Amino acid sequence: MVQLLFFAQIQEKVGQKQLEVEANGKTVKEIKDVFLAKYDIASLLEDAMVAINEEYATETDVVQSGDVVAFIPPVSGG
Amino acid sequence: MEKLFWITTSPLDVQSCMDKVVRREAGAICTFTGIAREFTKGKKTLYLEYDAYIPMAEKQLARIGQEIQEMHPDAEVAIGHRIGKLDISEIAVVIAVSTPHRKAAFHACEYAIERIKEIVPIWKKENWEDGTEWIGDQRETTSYPEGKPMEGDM
Repeated sequence: MVQLLFFAQIQEKVGQKQLEVEANGKTVKEIKDVFLAKYDIASLLEDAMVAINEEYATETDVVQSGDVVAFIPPVSGG
Repeated sequence: MEKLFWITTSPLDVQSCMDKVVRREAGAICTFTGIAREFTKGKKTLYLEYDAYIPMAEKQLARIGQEIQEMHPDAEVAIGHRIGKLDISEIAVVIAVSTPHRKAAFHACEYAIERIKEIVPIWKKENWEDGTEWIGDQRETTSYPEGKPMEGDM
């Protein structure tokens, strides 16, 4: 299982902080298309960066069981 | 607390952050505090809420510390960021940099806050009388982050 993490406005739209999905061998892009299409977050996802296991990644990266994928909207710390 | 780079829900204080980087070789300690501000683009903020991807945020803060040490090998850096609800004028982030001489400390301190606003997974939500908004792109520039223009900018 792969854990998906949501934050800020994406978390509000999805209604959850996280989801567990069966996504071993899928790319991040495929995860977005397969599991996230049903939420109204396409443009939020486009503006968001992606992290796999706490390191920035790209949507062509392939994910494995046990990975944690985070969708990171434009940051505003500080 | 021993961590040099930390996320907390507790109020931050500048002296504790400075104490982490005090050392005999350092003739300068520069600090920056980011404060919850009341007015932004004409809108009155009642309070702020901060959220973070905590483990990754702490890693990214540590990475900023490393970047600073690559530029200034004699620098020591400590950064604490608060999350949760902040009232106006409370401290959201505190940065302390110690160096032998002051020029590097000033530079490193500014570098740190600019990098926080680029790479650290922390988000600010402004709460006004008539609504709320999660804020994005705080870098005080209009350039686009790595080829991704925002729809509002076009």
